[in-house]
Amino acid sequence: MAETLAPSSAPELGQTQGGGDHGPDQGTKRDFLKLVAGSFAAVGVGAIVWPFIHSMNPAKDVLALASTDVPLGHIAEGQAVTVMWRGKPVFVRHRTGAEITEAKAVPLGELRDPQPDSARVQREPWLVVLGVCTHLGCVPLGQKPTDARGDFGGWFCPCHGSHYDTSGRIRRGPAPANLTVPEYNFTSDTQIRIG
Amino acid sequence: MASGLHESSFTNPVVRWIDQRMPVFTMMQKEYGTFPTPRNFNYFWNFGALAMINLMIMIATGIFLAMNYTAHTSLAFDSVERIMRDVNYGWLIRYVHMNGASMFFIVVLIHVWRGMYYGSYKKPRELLWILGVVIFLLMMATAFMGYVLPWGQMSFWGATVITNLFSAIPLVGNSIVTLLWGGFSVDNPTLNRFFSLHYLLPFVITGVVFLHVAALHITGSNNPLGIEPKGPQDTLPFHPYYTIKDSVGIVVYLIVFAFLVFFTPNYLGHPDNYIPANPLSTPAHIVPEWYFLPFYAILRAVPNKLGGVLMMFGAIAVLFVLPWLDRSPVRSMRFRPIAKWLFLLWTVNFFVLMWAGGKPAEGLYVVISRLSTAYYFAYFLVILPLLGKIERPLPLPESISRAVLRGGGPLPGGAAAKPMEKA
Amino acid sequence: MRVLTTGKAAMLNGLKGAALAAALALSPLALGLAVPAAQAAEGSVAIPDARFQHDRMLGTFDRGALQRGFQVYKEVCSACHAAHLLSYRNLRDIGLSEAEVAAIAASYQIPDGPNDNGEMFERPGRASDRFRRPFANDAAARAANNGALPPDLSVIAKARPGGGNYIHALLVGYEDPPPAGITVMEGMHYNKYFPGHQIAMAPPLNSDGQVQYGDGTRATVDQMARDVTTFLAWAAEPELETRRAMGIRIILFLIVLGGLTYAVKRKIWADVH
Repeated sequence: MAETLAPSSAPELGQTQGGGDHGPDQGTKRDFLKLVAGSFAAVGVGAIVWPFIHSMNPAKDVLALASTDVPLGHIAEGQAVTVMWRGKPVFVRHRTGAEITEAKAVPLGELRDPQPDSARVQREPWLVVLGVCTHLGCVPLGQKPTDARGDFGGWFCPCHGSHYDTSGRIRRGPAPANLTVPEYNFTSDTQIRIG
Repeated sequence: MASGLHESSFTNPVVRWIDQRMPVFTMMQKEYGTFPTPRNFNYFWNFGALAMINLMIMIATGIFLAMNYTAHTSLAFDSVERIMRDVNYGWLIRYVHMNGASMFFIVVLIHVWRGMYYGSYKKPRELLWILGVVIFLLMMATAFMGYVLPWGQMSFWGATVITNLFSAIPLVGNSIVTLLWGGFSVDNPTLNRFFSLHYLLPFVITGVVFLHVAALHITGSNNPLGIEPKGPQDTLPFHPYYTIKDSVGIVVYLIVFAFLVFFTPNYLGHPDNYIPANPLSTPAHIVPEWYFLPFYAILRAVPNKLGGVLMMFGAIAVLFVLPWLDRSPVRSMRFRPIAKWLFLLWTVNFFVLMWAGGKPAEGLYVVISRLSTAYYFAYFLVILPLLGKIERPLPLPESISRAVLRGGGPLPGGAAAKPMEKA
Repeated sequence: MRVLTTGKAAMLNGLKGAALAAALALSPLALGLAVPAAQAAEGSVAIPDARFQHDRMLGTFDRGALQRGFQVYKEVCSACHAAHLLSYRNLRDIGLSEAEVAAIAASYQIPDGPNDNGEMFERPGRASDRFRRPFANDAAARAANNGALPPDLSVIAKARPGGGNYIHALLVGYEDPPPAGITVMEGMHYNKYFPGHQIAMAPPLNSDGQVQYGDGTRATVDQMARDVTTFLAWAAEPELETRRAMGIRIILFLIVLGGLTYAVKRKIWADVH
């Protein structure tokens, strides 16, 4: 900084902020103006922030694709298919009679996240759940016939050892909740639409 | 200075605690609070702050655009249109970015013009000026690469033509062009690297802007009179006087900017850039963005390939040595009766070049381009050095405060400083 | 441009030293104007101003024209021209209901796949699908059109100097037979407004009543051209109405903020002057 220029300005600054020798009337008028202008500017800046944040939310094309049709005709009893919906796997399992009975027989008191089987399916043979472990988001095993299905015949999450039953309910391990049932409906007897 | 802590004058305990350990608040107070600034700035002195704001707007919008853009030749065009159609407020962010480039050049060109008119490049501000020219060059590179990203016809052919400029270099030219392309034509590798560099360069610009401001705060600002402040009566603290004056300028600037974005967003662009790039067909008239037109006109004014390229780069290079070409001891054109008019003529000439750059390179347009190019260089290389010797400047005012108070009338000695003590 | 000029001048009025700045700032804008205009005039025929309501500063799209224009696009243009940036769901914006959009989408067979056997297949369209392309790829399009490629129409209104006015002029600018003294090449057609005057596209709108409008509008060639141009203008800039509405609010806000800021500036500087 050039020393020759340095001094002097401070008192002026102090005076302006304090309203100087213009008397209280002048001072309040200016302060009020400043306040209004400042608030306006703040509102403006606030309004600018929103488009940026909102641009990170799902875009219109992403939202429009948020439904997937799944034909069920080719899924034999005991088999399961995995389909993509919103970038995540959805498990669709055609349950056997034994699996359904097992799911319905569990007393609700034994469950960490108590839900009767009837609240989790629309038609008994068809279980539709998000294939995302409610612990930390891994995809549980159990879709392929060769997979480990855990101690309760449903799914087993290899990341941290959560066991799900044949209704997709958490039975053992760290996961806090049952596998999520996505919104879906039967568009015909042999097809569902997820989302 | 006990135990190595900075001696802070702030009383707020949190501010004080930080300031003692890292005196950022003291620095801000010194550089943007009490910083002594000539009291006689006109509104031309807004444009530095405006450029800074514009750079921040470009970086902010650019970062959010990059979140949705895909740098691949087969996807780039559609990904930009997806931003326009599907991304929430995507059209707004893109139009702000697109027109922001034009606004940036308008603001910076006026900023440069102000520096030239008021002699801000002269001693002791030569380095400040040179850093400014570096920023201008980096801006041009950034803008050029940004224009390639939507992968429209003008993107593709602009990239082809501009990168081919380097082929004019003897011996190694073609190898350099192949290197720039990462292939044998402008193609996917080119698009990818341009995206990478387009993202990088603004941060380099930010760095050079810091240096530019640092240099400014050593020498202090020039002013419309071009004479140095002689004491406290000639200056005002930056805050609140110039913070509020810059704010007025910023709002006016935002109104112009908003008008472009909301009502004529494609006005400064070229319709051909909404045609996806086609390597098999060159548009009938390829023109660069308006801010490159003067330099494009200089390129085309020379009938020799290497010569044209050298002249075009020379048009910027000459700015680097401007502080040494202009030998006049007087800064402000206000006091240079001859230089003032020849510089205003240079300004008009710059717009003539801009106009000619948008015209086809044929007939009368070429003649005009050549005459204008000649004057562009003559002003720097002949007129300014000569005027330094033969021009007789008008008498300079004794001091800024004296000139400000009713045109520097014959105030008795010492009286000039008096009103300031009261104010 | 005129509005910008006066608007800016008014804002800067009274601000010392700013007039020159405004002049400098405006010059490139004025020059920018000259560039596309010069190119539009390249074919040496001035494009008539069709006075579309959406071309006005604060204009909006005529909803009726949009829907009729979509019908013209669907029944005439889409036989050769793709509009691959548009999705059926976008038609909600021109005033169609969800059910209407679903029905329109379902009337198209959209390529999809591969299925579990690894084969591509076609299925009825959904609202989220892009408009079906008439040709599988550009080569197929050229092969079917005498070597000429019908351009994609998604952003055509932004991609031609003169925009909608040019498209409208082109659609009504055919002359058969061509003016005396002009020979048109085999397979080409004379068009007054096409650069070079010889266009491969046969007159797409060639007789009144070519399209049966449901709303009782008389489908003259000019009416169909205006309608489809309105539709294409919307297709190119679907954000136009939102943009202008937002722009007015923001500029009014900024003018108030500018007045306040200038008042504060005057107060603060009152000490100095």
